[in-house]
Parts: sequence; structure tokens; C-alpha cells
Amino acid sequence: MTQKFDSNINFNNIWVIFKREIKTFFDSPMAYIVIVTFLIMTGWFFSSTIFLINQATIEGYLDILSLVFIFFVPAITMRLFAEEYKSGTIEIIATMPVTDNEIILGKYLAGFGIMAIAILLTLFYPVCLLFISSPHVGTIIGSYLGLLFLAMFYISIGIFASSITKNQIIAFLVSFIICFFFFIAGKIIGMLPGTLVSIFEYIGIDSHFNNITKGLINSRDIIYYISASAFFYILTLRMINIRK
Amino acid sequence: MIDVKDLVKCYGTEQAVAGISFSVTPGEIVGFLGPNGAGKTTTLRVLTGYLAPTSGQVNILNYNIEKNPIEVKKRIGYLPESNPLYYEMNVLDYLMFIAELRGIEKENIKNRLSDIIYLCGIKDVLSKNISNLSKGYKQRVGIAQAMIHNPDILIMDEPTSGLDPNQIIEIRDLIKNLRKEKTIILSTHILSEVQATCDRVIIINKGKIVADGKTGEINKFVTGNEELTVKLKGGIENTAEIFLDIHGISELNVKSISHALTEIKIISKQGIDLREKVFNRAVERKLVILEQTRTILSLEDVFRMLTQDDVTHSGKEKVSKKAEKNNDSEI
Repeated sequence: MTQKFDSNINFNNIWVIFKREIKTFFDSPMAYIVIVTFLIMTGWFFSSTIFLINQATIEGYLDILSLVFIFFVPAITMRLFAEEYKSGTIEIIATMPVTDNEIILGKYLAGFGIMAIAILLTLFYPVCLLFISSPHVGTIIGSYLGLLFLAMFYISIGIFASSITKNQIIAFLVSFIICFFFFIAGKIIGMLPGTLVSIFEYIGIDSHFNNITKGLINSRDIIYYISASAFFYILTLRMINIRK
Repeated sequence: MIDVKDLVKCYGTEQAVAGISFSVTPGEIVGFLGPNGAGKTTTLRVLTGYLAPTSGQVNILNYNIEKNPIEVKKRIGYLPESNPLYYEMNVLDYLMFIAELRGIEKENIKNRLSDIIYLCGIKDVLSKNISNLSKGYKQRVGIAQAMIHNPDILIMDEPTSGLDPNQIIEIRDLIKNLRKEKTIILSTHILSEVQATCDRVIIINKGKIVADGKTGEINKFVTGNEELTVKLKGGIENTAEIFLDIHGISELNVKSISHALTEIKIISKQGIDLREKVFNRAVERKLVILEQTRTILSLEDVFRMLTQDDVTHSGKEKVSKKAEKNNDSEI
């Protein structure tokens, strides 16, 4: 089928799909295992860096968080499409009067919602800092904004990976590998030939993530996250069309 | 109502549906019949908008499936093959989800749900998880899903597969009750199902339509549709000559001769009952008839003849074998 960007997006359909995904996620024990593990890991990284350097700062913690995301986002997104393809329910949802855009957006927002809840729960740690010292509140807010943008990007990768297979393990691994590439791209520029440095620096998350966590929110970084997410969103849309 | 023209669907280089055309008028119940892998499911998937046709036109209620998929989908209820369901949801949540996606207005959802719950007989299992339901109840939930928005067209892919005989009859009754209100297309590889529920049958094989007609008339597609087996006492040398000049015989085969018994098979021209003539001829020649068995080709035989490649050429031979089996079981 020729690809169409249907401008008539019915928000009610997105809402119905979003609601079901969220409910299904929180109805299963998987949700609590993933979120609790996430909180334990982040909590441990948070406290260990503070006591290690004996400073009330969250910089090192944020860096590790961007690595932790590489494991947790795929765990949340892997079932979004793969499960539907495996159980055949994709045939139900695809023959409803909803567009592909509405289906993907509903699932995307559900993935983002779950991740946002997990991220906001970790706010507990920096808030604790407020009691024992006086960290820079603007930096904390900026950092968390950065984390949300990062989650947005990783989830678009995760959904794409989920749309290419009916096997959740494959979906997990593919999104893990792609996320890892963007994570590492900015860190390996020292080993690259000169021509590639600026490209890798731009496509890697490092430069953008670091700016935001320093409290610098500029349009260049926001455009990066939005366009990168849109890129994988369009790939997902394409993938769903190809499988028809 | 449904117009399909030269529909082709390829998976890679493999042609699953190789150019089929048919149309369905309102109120018809059409059975799609074919062996596994014939292209039934693929055709239905294209009709419901799940798969995109490689080439050809599909118009449903004057909407083109490719240009106006949403309008088409609104008017179709679909029960996919093997009845996929969200197993982790409970029945009521699931039907609620479907009703909302179907865009049923909030104030009507309750009415519609209670209607469909009554119609499909799932009142007792509403709060159960779908994964815990028996296969029969799962099927009912699937059908409830397909009919919740009261569609004009109902498409069901093997609606009775895997059910026990009682459940099959229940589902068939449900389908029969919908007669005249809705246009129904169902696919199956079970022949008795078509005979029991459908007005019209389309037999499809290797992606092509091999027969299309009223359920009662479909055996006309195959010539020589009546077969008579005659057992005569004693070994008779020139049986063929004795009977061959009887008017209405299209073919005669001597099946076996022993000193005690001669068995012949006579295939008659359409609609002619040869039993009396054969009997009279035997009496004239003072032959003793021990047994006469008439077999009208069942839909099953027609189906076999139409869907087995080698049969279409040397069909009669196979058909005789088949009819023989039938006789055995009938006796």
C-alpha cells in the first residue's frame, strides 16, 4: 500500500490504544519487576557516586542513567508490536477503523508514559539531596528534561525494533544494539578518522545529553532528539506497511 | 456489495492469490472452500484491509479498499483465522476496547454490549480472563468482537475450526440466524460446513477460483455426476456389450470378474436414473442382479476433483475410487 501520512488523526483512537497498553503493562507482574529493578539499580548508582566522590552532585549518576536506559527501554518496548504479531492480534487491530499512525502513536505514547513514570520515580534521589546539601535545582530539572528527551528517542528505536519481528528477544536485542550505537557514537570519536568525527559527534547522544544535563537547553539539542525520534517513527510506519 | 476484480497477492515471488474475480450481493452467505494453502485466508485478509493487494481492484460498498480503507473497515466485522485475542485481558475489558476502537458512541456502548453479550451467550464469562476460557467461549468472544458494531458484512475465517460438534452446531445456528440481515463470507475446508450454512460456494485452489455457484448446483461443474455400481451373479465375459447401448450411459467400466461375481460401474449422463433400465436389461438377458448401488457425487467428490491437479485430467478414475469408499461407509 502506498504510504500515506493521513492528516486526519483521531485522538480518541490513540487514547484507546494508549489506555489498553498501559493497563496491560501494569496488569502484568513484568511491569513491577522492570520498574523495581530500574529503581534499585538507579538508586545504587546514585548513592554510590555520591559517597565515592563525596559531593552532592548528580552528574555521574546521569551518565550512568543513560546507560541503564539502554537496557530498560528495550525491555518496555519489545512487546509493543512483536507480541501483536506473535499472537495474531495485529490482524484485529489493523482491521479496525484506525490508521497506522494512530496505532503507532498510541503505543509510542504508552511506552513513553511508562518510562516517564519510572523516570519521575527516581526524582526521589535528587530530592533527598536537597535535605543534606544544596544542589543546583536548575541542573536537576534540566537533567530530568534531558532524560525524558532521551527516553523519547530510545523508545522510538525500541518500537521500530519491535515492529520488525514477532520475537520479543530479537526485538530487545535489536533495540539494544541500536541504542548502544547512539550511546557509544559520541564516546569513540577519539578513535575515528577526522572526517567522521563531526558526524559521530552529532549523531551520538553524548554531546546533546551533556548540554541538557548541564542545564543548557538549546534548540539544537531538542531538534536532534525530535528528528531522531521522527526518523525511527517513520521507519516503523514503513515497516508496518511493508508487512502488509 | 463486494466486488473483487483480478485480485493478485504475492508474498515475495510466490503467488498466493493468482488473479481472482467475484462479486457478492447483499444478504448472501458465501462459503470459501479450498484445501489448506489455497489462498482463502489471503483473499479474506485483502478484503478486510489487513493485507494490501499486489494488483487488482477490491471495492466494498463502493469504497475502494486501498483508497478508503477506514470506510471499508467500519462496515466489516472480521473474525481472523485461529481467532487471535488479547489473552491477558478479561472479556468485558476486551469487548469494551473493541467497541471504543470501533467508534461506537459512549451512550450506545452499554446497549450494544449487552445485546452482543446476549446474542453470543457469554454473560457468564464476562469477568474471566480470556486465556482461561474454553475454546468454544473464545470463539464466541471472537464472534462478539466481529459483530459488536453491527456491520453489514461479516467475514469469518474458519469460524468452527477446532470446536467440538455441539459447539460447531451452535456457531452454525448463530450464522444462520444472521441470514438476510448480513452479508457473510466464511472460509472453511470442511465441506459439510458449506452445505450446512452457505447459499453459495466458491471453490478456490492454488490461488484461483475453480468453481463458483449455488451450493446445490456446484456438482454440475463435474460431468457424469451419477454413478451406478452393479453386481451380477456369475462371471460374465461380455458385460460391456450387454449394457453399453442403454440410453444415458456415458461410461461403463468392468471392475472385476471372478467366476462367482461380475462387478461393473456405470457413469450416467446428468440427471438420468439408470437403475430401472439396467435391471430390465439384465432380466432380458437372464442375468441375476445381486446388488445395485447408486452414488450421487457429493460436494466432497466435486471438491476433490476440482482441487486435485492430477484428477482434472484422469478424473473419472479417482472419482470412482472415491465413490467406492463412500459406498462402503454408507453400507
